[in-house]
Amino acid sequence: MPQFAIIGVSILFDGLAYAMFLFITSVGLSVTMGLMGFVNLAHGAFAMAGGYIVVALTRNLGIGFVPSLFIAAVLVGLISVVFERGLYRRLYKSTDLEQVLLTIGLAFMAIATATYFFGPIPKSVPLPTWLQGDINLGFRAFPTYRAFLIIVGLVLISVLWYGFEKTNIGAKIRAAVDNRRMAESVGINVDLLFTLTFALGSALAALGGGLAIQLFGLSPSFAVLYLVLFLIVVAVGGLGSLKGTLLAALVIGVIDTAGKYLYAEAGGFFIYAITVIVLLIKPAGFYGRE
Amino acid sequence: MRLNKWAGAAALALLVGGTAAQAENIKIGVVLAFSGANADLGQQIDKAFDLYVKLHAKDIAPHTVTLVKRDEGPPTGANAKTVTTELITNDKVNLLAGFVFSPSAIAVAPVVSQAKIPMIVSNAGTAWITNLSPYIARLSFSMWHHGHTMGPFAFDKIGCKTAALAYTDFPPGKDSTDAFKAGFEKAGGKITDSIPLGSAVQVPDFTPFFQRIKDSKPDCMYVFIPSGAHATGVTKAYGELGMRKAGIKLIGPLDLIPDNKLQDMGDAAIGTVVMGNYSVDLENAENKAFVEAWHKEYGKDSYPDFMSAAGWDTMRAIFDTIKKVNGNVTDGAKFVDAMKGWSAKSPRGDVSIDPNTRDIVQDEHAMEVIRKADGKLGIKVLGTTKAVKDECKEQKIGRCGS
Amino acid sequence: MAVNNPPTAVTPPRDTAAIALRERAAEYLVRRHRFRWPEALPWIACIAVFFLFPDRLTFGSQVLVMVLFALSLDLILGYAGIVTLGHAAFFGLGAYTVGLGAAKLGWTEPVSGLFAAFFVASLGGFLSGYFLLRYRGLTLLMLTLATAIMLQEAGNLRSDLTGGYDGVPGLVFDPLLGRFEYDLYGHTNYIYALVVLAVVFFFVRRIVYSPFGQALTGIRENVRRMHAIGSPVHWRLVTVYTIAAGIAGIAGALFTQTNAYVTLTVFEFENSAKVMVMLILGGTGRLYGAFLGAAVYMIMEDYFSKLSPTFWQFGIGLLLVLAVLFARRGVLGVFEQVGDYFAKKKGTKS
Repeated sequence: MPQFAIIGVSILFDGLAYAMFLFITSVGLSVTMGLMGFVNLAHGAFAMAGGYIVVALTRNLGIGFVPSLFIAAVLVGLISVVFERGLYRRLYKSTDLEQVLLTIGLAFMAIATATYFFGPIPKSVPLPTWLQGDINLGFRAFPTYRAFLIIVGLVLISVLWYGFEKTNIGAKIRAAVDNRRMAESVGINVDLLFTLTFALGSALAALGGGLAIQLFGLSPSFAVLYLVLFLIVVAVGGLGSLKGTLLAALVIGVIDTAGKYLYAEAGGFFIYAITVIVLLIKPAGFYGRE
Repeated sequence: MRLNKWAGAAALALLVGGTAAQAENIKIGVVLAFSGANADLGQQIDKAFDLYVKLHAKDIAPHTVTLVKRDEGPPTGANAKTVTTELITNDKVNLLAGFVFSPSAIAVAPVVSQAKIPMIVSNAGTAWITNLSPYIARLSFSMWHHGHTMGPFAFDKIGCKTAALAYTDFPPGKDSTDAFKAGFEKAGGKITDSIPLGSAVQVPDFTPFFQRIKDSKPDCMYVFIPSGAHATGVTKAYGELGMRKAGIKLIGPLDLIPDNKLQDMGDAAIGTVVMGNYSVDLENAENKAFVEAWHKEYGKDSYPDFMSAAGWDTMRAIFDTIKKVNGNVTDGAKFVDAMKGWSAKSPRGDVSIDPNTRDIVQDEHAMEVIRKADGKLGIKVLGTTKAVKDECKEQKIGRCGS
Repeated sequence: MAVNNPPTAVTPPRDTAAIALRERAAEYLVRRHRFRWPEALPWIACIAVFFLFPDRLTFGSQVLVMVLFALSLDLILGYAGIVTLGHAAFFGLGAYTVGLGAAKLGWTEPVSGLFAAFFVASLGGFLSGYFLLRYRGLTLLMLTLATAIMLQEAGNLRSDLTGGYDGVPGLVFDPLLGRFEYDLYGHTNYIYALVVLAVVFFFVRRIVYSPFGQALTGIRENVRRMHAIGSPVHWRLVTVYTIAAGIAGIAGALFTQTNAYVTLTVFEFENSAKVMVMLILGGTGRLYGAFLGAAVYMIMEDYFSKLSPTFWQFGIGLLLVLAVLFARRGVLGVFEQVGDYFAKKKGTKS
């Protein structure tokens, strides 16, 4: 195989793995912002919480990495319901600005809490042996963990797509994103729907946080460090759109990876350049409503 | 709180000490990063400060010290400058110690010149910091200590004929790779590629960068990253990509394998060769006592690292100088003068302060990561270069010359 | 006046009421513009701080710089309803104008430096505003944020010029007005920052109470109606964005001058977000919200970080959450409520 093709394949592979992380962590944010217009800047804090639960379960209780991911997702999903019912609910009718203030405040508190319990030193997780090493395809070896990440991502996408497009609840969510008043007037309980999607979105964020430990390490400031990245994926994809979030994650993941590989000197320029170009042409993102 | 206890003890000492006229309570302003993405760096130094003060407070009797701690904040310089100025104007400290980030030290330099307060740097590694004020002395290192020494060692002893550079895109990163390049090319090596790894704020996904290096097949890859959250990411990506199998050795300054993160890095780290001034596994009597005291105070899972060692030596140099001037710290210039030429047997090896530059002179150890007999990761010293000075200032390169 | 004139066919009786209404409205506007005594309070407080805390004026001048920065954001966020996460771009442009001006061009005169910073930053505001202000909501947020970060990246790419994240060190500015040296205690800096803040503040105050300011409020409240009555909405927004950018530039310039140092972190997302949080905390669209917000936030941050250098963020976070739950219109809103309460009490008595 010619050299440029090999490079192309590995950029696609790495980009895809990165895109899966972006998708899993951002999709919940997109749906909550699309459905309720709620600006949740504490989304990264849920991802961080998921990461630390995985660390605690694997390190202190000796539970396997994969089961820990599940437990973390479920736990964070449940915890998020408490926050949604107790705090977020009060602010649905408020301005964006108040929502920003509340959720940034929560993110700060989450950082301090994580520092208190886990200390500021970055944590890592012990991976099972079958996730270590690489898979050699002859012309190129691919890290096993990244292949795992891609598979997890693909499975999730299929499940979410099925749930969104083929089930009753999915149809209700789409209806509510499109026109909330109309959905309410035909008897859809948008409040309950929102609690459900919020919990699901937070659970996915937690899963993303757990998966990200191997990529970035985990420290308390994870709660805000990658927030801008998630917001970019949401904005570029279009609010409340599953398809859009996926496409945005793919575009950003692959182009960022290619930029790092081919032209590292320009640093983080690429992500922002794509964001600006896409938004100037399509202000509502790929699949957002104009 | 520990701090209050010391303050209390100090006050008590002042009251009962009959010779109160001579017993000075010396206030040391401690400026360290306690919050934000690099909070663990501040903590490593802070623990060393506290430990030294706890064990050696009696050494400077009848004088006492009080530590006044402030958060250095993000590496913007502005916050460090504000808190430092207030330590001087409001808390009336006699000495300053700490400073994790170079921008903080750079921003503070004019303040200490104006206030004539000695400032003892325990980390910030940009080479020309000591040139900025005659009141600055540094106990940690300059980026050139590790980088420049690694150059010839990599070429002669590790067998790197070609090397690719990768660095976090901020000044210490450029400094460190420049230093390595200068030493490496002088020895006869060839640099094949030089890749910035994105900003210091976020830990990036290292894989695409390293994949590019893997494809260009150099003998070695010299990596500089800040020793916080980035370090684990580097060894992970290096291991995942199977680069060692592909015959590319990972080398760098010791920021690559901070002692407190080494155990987390796993097999991927084994075989990495770093140049640096400290490791918990260095074999000397001082280090043994230091690590033992550390474990006793902070538990067996807590490890000191090179920052802690620098913090330890910072306090030691301050204490030794306090003894030398007999507690008379009101004249900052005199204090710094007294510190010039200070030398000691440290956990890091032999260290001293160069009277000309007020920068540290120290032993540089080339260290390889190994799996020790007890199953833990550790290091093996491959060779030691004695009494290394900051080459940037010796050769007067760029800003180091002014 | 109208009351004395007998009603004629040309002026139907309805007009009397209309004219009276218009007069009342005009009187209301004039009254709004007039100074009320509580407005003197923050200024008295600023001057009192100078005498009460002479050792803490370095911190004090940093607070004043942030008040100025928050004030510039209030002009666009509070009055025109433009939500942006890239305001640090203009702060940074101003900061680097005086920084590089002093380091590379030898332009070390501080006051003229402020004008230069205003000019450069407002130019940046005009160019980006002209293109970006067609968008709203999340799109505008991300576009402004990306602009600021791209400026930062560009600065890092040319770190030979900007000094990158190690910044432009050792800046030396001429004594203020050729006479006042910068002392260690920050006395000169504090007075300098306070005077600049006062001048800019009354300029901004004039703007928001002018017809132009009223038009901005109209755009914030109902942009469609403003379009319908033929108001040049886009140009009004670009104009105010340009002015606000220039003021943020002055704040940035003051930041560089009082610190004698600047690094690329001034462009950071954190800087944009923080000033927005301060403003919302204080209360938007009321000028003095910027004062209260920046001061409360920074004093609490300072207090908590002394209390616990490691966990202070918890306290700040809690402060923000409580503010949202119990002080809906910002800290200033609480004061207003208390004021209203007493006013009502007085009303019922008389």
